[in-house]
Amino acid sequence: MILVNGIRKRFGAAVALDGMTFEVRPGQVTGFVGPNGAGKSTTMRVILGLDRPDAGQALVEGKPYRELADPMRHLGSLLDAGALQPSRTARNHLLWLAHSQGLGARRVDEVLEQTGLGGVARRRAGGFSLGMRQRLGIAAALLGDPPALMLDEPFNGMDPEGIIWMRGFLRSLAGQGRAVLVSSHLMGELQGTADHVIVVGRGRVIADASVAELLNSASSGRITVRTESPEAPGILAAAGATAAPTGDGGLSITGLPAERIAEVLHRHGVTFSELAAHRATLEDAYLELTRDAVEFRAEGPR
Amino acid sequence: MSILRAEWTKFWTVRGWVLGTVAVAGLIMVFGLAPGMSGSCGKHGPASECKPLIGPAGVEVKDGFTFVHQPLSGDGSVTVRVASLTGEIFAGPGASRPGLAPWAKAGLMVKSGTTPGSTYAAIMVTGSHGVRMQWDFTHDKAGPSGSGPQWLRLSRAGQTVTAAASPDGSAWTEVGSTQLTGLPVTAEVGLFVTSPQYSTEFHEGLLNGSQGGPSLATGTFEQLTAEQGWSGTAWHTDWIGGKPDWSETPETEQEGSAFRVAGSGDVGPTGAGVSATQTLVGTFTALIAAVVLGAVFMSTEYRRGLIRMTLAAGPRRLHVLAAKAAVVGGVTFVCGVVAAAVVVVFGQRVLRANGVALLHTTTLTEVRLMVGTGALLAFSAVLALGLGALLRRSVTAVTVAIVTIVLPYLLAVTVLPVEAARGLLRFTPAAAFALQQAVKQYPQVDDLYAPAVGYFPLSPWAGLAVLAGWTVLVLGAAAVLLRRRDV
Repeated sequence: MILVNGIRKRFGAAVALDGMTFEVRPGQVTGFVGPNGAGKSTTMRVILGLDRPDAGQALVEGKPYRELADPMRHLGSLLDAGALQPSRTARNHLLWLAHSQGLGARRVDEVLEQTGLGGVARRRAGGFSLGMRQRLGIAAALLGDPPALMLDEPFNGMDPEGIIWMRGFLRSLAGQGRAVLVSSHLMGELQGTADHVIVVGRGRVIADASVAELLNSASSGRITVRTESPEAPGILAAAGATAAPTGDGGLSITGLPAERIAEVLHRHGVTFSELAAHRATLEDAYLELTRDAVEFRAEGPR
Repeated sequence: MSILRAEWTKFWTVRGWVLGTVAVAGLIMVFGLAPGMSGSCGKHGPASECKPLIGPAGVEVKDGFTFVHQPLSGDGSVTVRVASLTGEIFAGPGASRPGLAPWAKAGLMVKSGTTPGSTYAAIMVTGSHGVRMQWDFTHDKAGPSGSGPQWLRLSRAGQTVTAAASPDGSAWTEVGSTQLTGLPVTAEVGLFVTSPQYSTEFHEGLLNGSQGGPSLATGTFEQLTAEQGWSGTAWHTDWIGGKPDWSETPETEQEGSAFRVAGSGDVGPTGAGVSATQTLVGTFTALIAAVVLGAVFMSTEYRRGLIRMTLAAGPRRLHVLAAKAAVVGGVTFVCGVVAAAVVVVFGQRVLRANGVALLHTTTLTEVRLMVGTGALLAFSAVLALGLGALLRRSVTAVTVAIVTIVLPYLLAVTVLPVEAARGLLRFTPAAAFALQQAVKQYPQVDDLYAPAVGYFPLSPWAGLAVLAGWTVLVLGAAAVLLRRRDV
């Protein structure tokens, strides 16, 4: 659907994209995650032909975006929800976009209903909250009924209710078989939404994996045990685990699964009041990955 | 096409821009229909109407001179030696000083009759423009340029009148010839002398203008001879067109074939005057609205990153620029044409009803005024659009557009001396105001053909070409940058 291949882009001395390469597949929500300045927005602008890359190319359905006729019928995008003329009504904002793709007013009314903006269609978009503008941006992206969508930080400025709506909406778009690329600088926003995650840092891809794979790799089995026994660290070390006090009377243990820890402690007659296995979150996986990236970068430029 | 439609939708969905469009047309109409000028024609009873004298070409003319003539039939020729031409110039009430108006005239004339405005052809010595052949008021042809005594000859063969000049009376040079349709078999032939209103420009601080008054010319002629079919010596003097401008014009003195003739007035087209251009006086305010519209229609795209959405919807960037230019140019063109049509048609009536003696404008010229006003606004708006694309900031783009397009015109019609004003209106985008010039400027009539009264240094289409050149230049630069830049 969307293919990004070896894109490099400098702004003056600053390297924005350093060989960015990934693919967005249909039928799933692909999260595009990285810290601010990692090159997410620049990548999206290159995909849309707004920025010219120094090297590499981005293809939408096998073609550069600039060569698509009525491009919004192939890729719908939301780069900046604030990019609108404040004095134009929501409906008229969508109307000129529809006209640019050879579409009519009927399609405008459809996407307004779909995004829940039917009631405010004739209000000036300048008076919209950021959350409503995000919905308007989604409506614009949907105008051409495209097989692929690309949304830059669509959760920004949304209230909890809006975030829940957005998640469900993105899932349903992917459920219809569309390719959905969603960027965020907060991995947590994508939990339960994304099927696949592309983690970027400093203009390149750090990880490109399914959510399940990421969680497994990050679930290194950290377990906390709360016990009063001073022998516990020694016993566990002898069994092959590493134990470190957590500071609040607990021990943080790695290297042994929870069942083995319970068995070893039980065998040695050590009593404990709590044994908890921590499931890794996407956030943990993300932090781990980006921390590595930071350490790697600290070696200096290659 | 869909990009053009999208840009049109963009345009009409912003109320401010629609109001701006209304302002473009409205300002022209408000200024053009408000009776901002008044005159005395018809204001002081039944005898005070201004009835302009219309020449054979349909334009207002002056026909006032001293004519020493006799009726002569059929073909023939008349020859004379102009021994001297001297003059006096008005220098305040009751005072005069010696001086010859540059277009003082003394020579030979054949004219269909003594009725002012009737067809004629003449050869003459002038104050400082050498020997000229002139006919039917608007035509002027240069002959030998030397000063000093000159021999002049005028010959008629059917309806063809030929003029010749000679420094010595034996070696003759033909100056020109013309067909005078409507010249009767018996025409009035003879000597004529006249001297036009004399004007000088003055600049005192911010005040510019012209001042002047009547002038008198006196020609001494020798050896006036009718020959080659014409004969007769019964010359008598008439003041064509009523009393001369000079209050005490001396009578003609004759000694055989030698004459001393004094005259004051002019034979030729009317000089500078109020014309249909006056009705378009509000154009510069509409122009401000049009360039703001043009600049902002583009620069707003950059204000909130809307340009990214525009170019994501239409990745062919030059198509987008062209569509925007077409929309803003088309809208301002239509507004300009409609508003100009209204004021040219009705504004002239308002001015005439208000007692202003308005120079006649042909229908073809009126159409050019209407279309030209539309073109002036449209090209300016597109030029401003280009500036908006180059500069990407509304304030900067609007400022530059007004300074380069509107300000030169404003300076030219207000504080600048005429020569500086003409210079400015030759190369700045404001040169296209020449499209609004309604009546011709005649080099053979000295007058203050100032931009302020509707006379521009370039021809209408040359003026438009200057503006179009600027527009193409700026839009071209905008196109190159728009293609190259990341947005």
